[in-house]
Amino acid sequence: MQSRAFQKIHTKVDKITKATITLKATDVGNEEMAWVDERLAQVVKINGNEVTLQIFVGTEGISTDAQVVFLGKPPTLKVSDDLAGRFFNAYGRPIDGGPEVEGEEREIGGPSVNPVRRKQPNQLIATGIAGIDLNNTLVTGQKIPFFADSDQPYNEVMAKVALKAKADKIILGGMGLSNDDYLYFKALFENAGALDKIISFINTTENPPVERLLVPDLALTAAEYFAVDKNEKVLVLLTDMTLYADALAIVSNKMDQIPSKDSMPGSLYSDLAKVYEKAVQFPAGGSITIIAVTTLSGGDITHAIPDNTGYITEGQLFLRTDTDIGKVIIDPFRSLSRLKQQVIGKKTREDHGPVMNAAVRLYADAAEAKTKRDNGFDLSEYDVRTINFARQYSESLLAIDVDLDIDAMLDVTWRLLESHFSLDEVGIKKAVSDKYWQGGE
Amino acid sequence: MTTGKVTGVTANLITVEVDGPVSQNEIAYILMGEERLMSEVIRVTGNTASVQCFESTRGVRSGLPVEFAGGMLEVELGPGLLSKNYDGLQNDLDKKEGLFLKRGEYTSPLDEEIQYEFTPLAASGDTVIAGHWLGEVKENWVNHKIMAPFTLKGEWKLESIADKNHYTIRDTIAVITDADGERRELTMTQRWPVKVPIKVYREKPRPFRLMYTGYRIMDTFNPLAEGGTGFIPGPFGSGKTVVQHTVSKNASADIIIIAACGERANEVVEIFAEFPELEDPRTGRKLFERTTIICNTSNMPVAAREASVYTAMTIGEYYRQMGLSVLLLADSTSRWAQALREMSNRLEELPGPDAFPMDLSAIIANFYSRAGVVYLNNGETGAVTFLGTVSPAGGNLKEPVTESTKKAAQCFYALSQKRADSKRYPAIDPQESYSKYLESPEIRSFLTERSGENWVADVLSLKNRMLRGKEAQDQISILGDDGVPVDYHVDFWKSEVIDAALIQQDAFDPIDRFASVDRQEYGLKVVKEICDRDFSFGSFEEVAPYFKKLINSLKQMNFCEFDSGQFKEFESELQTTLNEGEVA
Repeated sequence: MQSRAFQKIHTKVDKITKATITLKATDVGNEEMAWVDERLAQVVKINGNEVTLQIFVGTEGISTDAQVVFLGKPPTLKVSDDLAGRFFNAYGRPIDGGPEVEGEEREIGGPSVNPVRRKQPNQLIATGIAGIDLNNTLVTGQKIPFFADSDQPYNEVMAKVALKAKADKIILGGMGLSNDDYLYFKALFENAGALDKIISFINTTENPPVERLLVPDLALTAAEYFAVDKNEKVLVLLTDMTLYADALAIVSNKMDQIPSKDSMPGSLYSDLAKVYEKAVQFPAGGSITIIAVTTLSGGDITHAIPDNTGYITEGQLFLRTDTDIGKVIIDPFRSLSRLKQQVIGKKTREDHGPVMNAAVRLYADAAEAKTKRDNGFDLSEYDVRTINFARQYSESLLAIDVDLDIDAMLDVTWRLLESHFSLDEVGIKKAVSDKYWQGGE
Repeated sequence: MTTGKVTGVTANLITVEVDGPVSQNEIAYILMGEERLMSEVIRVTGNTASVQCFESTRGVRSGLPVEFAGGMLEVELGPGLLSKNYDGLQNDLDKKEGLFLKRGEYTSPLDEEIQYEFTPLAASGDTVIAGHWLGEVKENWVNHKIMAPFTLKGEWKLESIADKNHYTIRDTIAVITDADGERRELTMTQRWPVKVPIKVYREKPRPFRLMYTGYRIMDTFNPLAEGGTGFIPGPFGSGKTVVQHTVSKNASADIIIIAACGERANEVVEIFAEFPELEDPRTGRKLFERTTIICNTSNMPVAAREASVYTAMTIGEYYRQMGLSVLLLADSTSRWAQALREMSNRLEELPGPDAFPMDLSAIIANFYSRAGVVYLNNGETGAVTFLGTVSPAGGNLKEPVTESTKKAAQCFYALSQKRADSKRYPAIDPQESYSKYLESPEIRSFLTERSGENWVADVLSLKNRMLRGKEAQDQISILGDDGVPVDYHVDFWKSEVIDAALIQQDAFDPIDRFASVDRQEYGLKVVKEICDRDFSFGSFEEVAPYFKKLINSLKQMNFCEFDSGQFKEFESELQTTLNEGEVA
């Protein structure tokens, strides 16, 4: 369909596997794109004059006389302000019925930012969710995934964060989205009146899985355009990175590579890092913040995908259903924002750090008390108090339906601490407690 | 010069047909138009060389010309290494233009324009051997020794040496001749292949001094020796990087080298931003002035990640030759091992455990063995202390990288998820962790001299108390609070005192983040006294509130300047509580 008269057409395919074809061709570069009949493909291996192509939609029905045309370039995206408000597929083609976007053609998956040209992220992103703002504060230029089981409302929470985050552009990279989720995002963005600042690259479960591999690179190339050329604050949402990693595993398997842990390719860490490390704060003010979703299987974070992700991202937000209050909370133990130290107590009130730590430590005491109770032991008076505290803390702060500003979150925490504990038990540095503690000694 | 042509590409593995001799680990350049892509030979079969490319191989095609450089990957050593930010191949990142890293752009590691004030330390007529101190220049505040090339064989005669004056690194500062009359002009710099250890010293004794880090759990309980090796394994989120950064700021080393190996760029940026601001407690100058950063973040090419740890070690060894104490920190060696795995995989080698190469253990052991304290040929002492982090897959300490490292390193600082979850930082597990140096006679006698006759015994007794506390806690949770004697509660709470006052330490508190040796000695004494005391409580319910009060006083003391007025107030508060305890 895209072949042009002056391009050489190859018509003899030597080898066909489920995902790749091999043919003889010369002067073909690594990672170059090609059309194989009507399907997009990419060079993944060159051996002498034998070139192996990965066909994104799969090789079903490809015949040995398929027409192969090399495009002479790696995958690209045309970038301009016209991207805003549009929906694209995994190749960057419009799926919203609108026209093709005109603009400068850029290679996707380009080079990394020189580390010395980065700026240390230091701007707080307020989301209103206390489990995030209070305990795991987010910062622009950060990369952080939600770790969630597939039955948890991660896409809803992520969308809520995105809309609250005051970004100039929100770029959604949907990988293996169910059609329902796709329509959910679409409707939500439309209703919020935010459509003009949203760009979406969508691969749904109806599309072939290997196509997904292009989605993060497309989304991040668009993000770099707005963050570098336009100095905008860009928020990139990637959901679901587990399905992305699954696609990597499929390809590596088809290429006969030896799998490492959990059947994942040995290069999983580097592959994921290439995506996540695109998160950056530029000195000129533009930034790319990545919020992703990694779905877990039964909360298992030792699986290769969440495990490698955790080593790459700057923390993780762990969703868990708290049975005491029957709501989904941001788990304070397993969640972490590594960049929070950049803003806690610096961009927020001075008591933020100590009060956050004290509350989480007491919440941990409650967890131990609960274990004791579950094992049938008598609870001490202190145990009972921690359990009562934990329930209220969950309800009024950790639950994802909480919407407060950060000062209010801190005040709520102090009042909770006062009503359940003595100052000794809270163990906060005296200089701070003198100022904020309103309870008894 | 041997040349060749590209015959195949798979990810960053390129096969090249060569027209002449090539050697293992030789550097090759793939010529792609204007771009020269640096690569390293990792296998040769007949006239086909397999090279791993240090750059992205996008667009590389069959038939591209290849040049072989004739040598292994080398670094340039000389004044100007400090305060630099290098990539894994020693390119000065600050000299690179543009926001994004351009492929095939290599920048010179040292500064050719700077005039260094050179002071000769040798005189014409002197006999010179490899590593001989010819002179010195001031590099920031460090006396940077200008040394005869480490590659020098046998004895040479110093024909002439430059006068005390200003010179650039390219000026000739000495001329030497050997017995056969061969004449060599020397500058302030020399080159060295990174994978070969610099061994220009007389002897490598067992470590005999401590490298103080300011962390009580390390210095007091699991000391790291100067010239020693240690590693910090831990699942993500357990605080590896915070521990390493804090150590880098506080350690009693002359030179700090940080290898950010396959880790997050923002963490390196944090160092870039903080170190130029942080004051060096030892000199009052900026910390940055004695620091070199080797930065190969996780999104930079994988093969260069492997090179980065070797580059860092070589620079460390270079400063060791000057009689300095170097602390080398690498975060994380697992990423390096993964780089080895990716390559082994592409070479279709038979895999070992978890698909890592079979010789992983040997490679790691070999690398750790480059650390050490040495007596130089001129009698001076230098040291490279190595502290690496390991990121075990799934937090499982039985995985190959952790296991291999455990065999190679002398100190083991296991970070525990459980401690991290309950915000007991640093999350170094007091039971699992160990330092073999606590057993070493040299270090024991050092500690006796520094901290007193009973020091080691006291440390061991507190470690034992921690264990007893753990056992008591287990019993309490099995039998219930009132199912055990009150003593069990006391044992448990004594271990909590040790934990809260000595093991936990707030790396973000301006005071608590660094504990001086005096302070650590005081801390141990106070806590030991509490632990040796007999308490009598009527019921278990009285135990916890009493010890919590003690812990609160001790914690507040940790947050106060040592021996300050406020510190003394909390100290007397502690005494009051202790006296009350006696009455009870």
